[in-house]
Amino acid sequence: MATKRVPFWQREKYTPYLLLLPAFLILMFVVLLPLLFSLYTSFTGYRLIRPESLYDWVGLRNYRRIFTDGDFWSAFGRTILFLTIALNLEFLLGLGIALLINKITWGQRTLRTIMMFPMMFSPILVGYQFKFVFNDNIGILNNALYALGLSDGAIAWLVDKYLAMFAIIFAEVWMSTSVFAILLLAGLFAMPRDPLEAAKVDGCNSWQVFRHITLPFLMPFVFIAMTIRSLDVARAYDIVDVMTGGGPAGRTELLWTMIARTGYDNARMGQANAMAYVSILLSIAFTYYFFTKLLAARKYMGGAE
Amino acid sequence: MAEITLTNIVKNYGKLEVVHGINLDIAHNEFVVLVGPSGCGKSTTLRMIAGLEDITGGTVSIGDVVVNDLPPRKRNISMVFQNYALYPHMSVRENLGFGLKIAKQDEATIIKRVDEAADILGLDELMDRTPAELSGGQRQRVAMGRAIVRHPEAFLFDEPLSNLDAKLRVQMRTEIKKLHQKVKTTVVYVTHDQVEAMTLADRIVVMKDGYIEQVGTPMDVFNNPVNTFVASFIGSPPMNLLPATIKGKNIVFADDKSLPVPVRLTGLVRDGQEVVFGLRPDDLTPVGHGIAESGDGAKVTLDIVLSELLGTETILYTSIAGQEAQGKMFGPRIVAPGETLEFDVAMDKAHLFDAATGKSVRVE
Repeated sequence: MATKRVPFWQREKYTPYLLLLPAFLILMFVVLLPLLFSLYTSFTGYRLIRPESLYDWVGLRNYRRIFTDGDFWSAFGRTILFLTIALNLEFLLGLGIALLINKITWGQRTLRTIMMFPMMFSPILVGYQFKFVFNDNIGILNNALYALGLSDGAIAWLVDKYLAMFAIIFAEVWMSTSVFAILLLAGLFAMPRDPLEAAKVDGCNSWQVFRHITLPFLMPFVFIAMTIRSLDVARAYDIVDVMTGGGPAGRTELLWTMIARTGYDNARMGQANAMAYVSILLSIAFTYYFFTKLLAARKYMGGAE
Repeated sequence: MAEITLTNIVKNYGKLEVVHGINLDIAHNEFVVLVGPSGCGKSTTLRMIAGLEDITGGTVSIGDVVVNDLPPRKRNISMVFQNYALYPHMSVRENLGFGLKIAKQDEATIIKRVDEAADILGLDELMDRTPAELSGGQRQRVAMGRAIVRHPEAFLFDEPLSNLDAKLRVQMRTEIKKLHQKVKTTVVYVTHDQVEAMTLADRIVVMKDGYIEQVGTPMDVFNNPVNTFVASFIGSPPMNLLPATIKGKNIVFADDKSLPVPVRLTGLVRDGQEVVFGLRPDDLTPVGHGIAESGDGAKVTLDIVLSELLGTETILYTSIAGQEAQGKMFGPRIVAPGETLEFDVAMDKAHLFDAATGKSVRVE
């Protein structure tokens, strides 16, 4: 009996690969190729205004330059500082908001919706809004302080190096605290009531119940929020660019404002890509850290009923 | 290690009153079971004792202290929850020791008491596991361990066995009984399962719709139910309850058949009174298949509708005056549906309730 050979795409052992193929192709063109291309350019002296420089292989020169560049390391350190302060503030405020909203029985839905408003605005507009709030001449903050008699002169919010940093952190926190609040509120909703009551009977006061029962239960949710937000904050650009443009004198320069300036304003795309790779490694490090914490915290939650 | 006294306890949720002024004295080291159908207020009552629900009216005292306004942590009680309520992020050892740690006991005491509890409940092998890694029965044991390490004034159990499968439930029931014999303490135990109530309790409190229907020892509640609710709730299969009328010295059923009024109840009924005749299936047995021949036994002839074989006994479904009734056959043989058998009626164990009030004629 003559067996007719089945064409290979109809053979069972190839089916999974065939079905996965579209996803592979899309990922390759959309993610992998650009990544490899930018990795390649980071080893060239590629300048946007001189396309032929794309073939100007310079080896590790870009990396050597940025690693020996004090400004880069300042921006790097400032990004970590910015991230640490913003994430912790957002966590604490978000936790507070979530705990308060969880207590409310009336109007909770409405409050939850209102709470999300800041997230609905474009970061650029949030930047402009706070640029106006903190403006030393016409800003409402200075006007309010003056009218209340709390200050007698114009405070240069966006010019002083500490105050400028404070101002952009304030804007970032204002916009994104609700991410924490929403995730933690979801955690509180999912929290079983019994262990709380057991703890009360076991002798805990309210603080101890929170500290020993509620908080450990919320930690996975905290780490999820931290993972999301650390990716978000590490690539902070729009608010900073609008409010201070990385100024004064580079004192609020974060990694991505620096990368954008190097790549687009100075047209040194090769070097910008080298920086971008370093910053991506930073993001990966943070994500990995929080994800490890998340897995550790979640390990126990199987028993929560 | 204290008595618990409830005086006129009332609980409202908004305008809805769910517990209507309960009075109950629980003695030192007594095992009291609150039993009743869902929504009867038994759990609410327990949670008021624990301090997890506000008390709308009346007072709860533990020992000599009125605890109405004390938070749970100051009442020195332990509670075992239906869903175990273990702390998911702590190991078994940490779960057991948590209450002591919070109470700032020194390390040595904690270790000693935790080991002691683990020993009593056979948890030694499981000490380093987390609750997620335990089976239902093991979790329940940890929950009980957590309750005993603190040496509380009283244990409160809120339906602790209802999440376990039938076999485990029976096993854990025995363990709770043993535990109480080892660790002498006042226990308040809530369940909807009358078998648990009968087997565990020193005293049973039967509740319905936020009222206490009857308080008494298991034998008392079983033998002398004060009303038709208690009669039908306690005992399995439930007591047969058949409407009838008193005519002279006879109880006359809807189909004009009659039985004599039991000797011990004569004088408690009046001529023409509408009553409910109550008879446990154990007291309606085919001739020759009863537990003991009854003294003033009456005899009836009944058709069998259905029989359920249980091994040592068979439940016989029949009908008396158009009402379904159940009898029991001890030392059974196979009974075919449609068979007609002569039954002994143990009239000295029969009950009569007033049809209008549902109360036993003995308490009226």
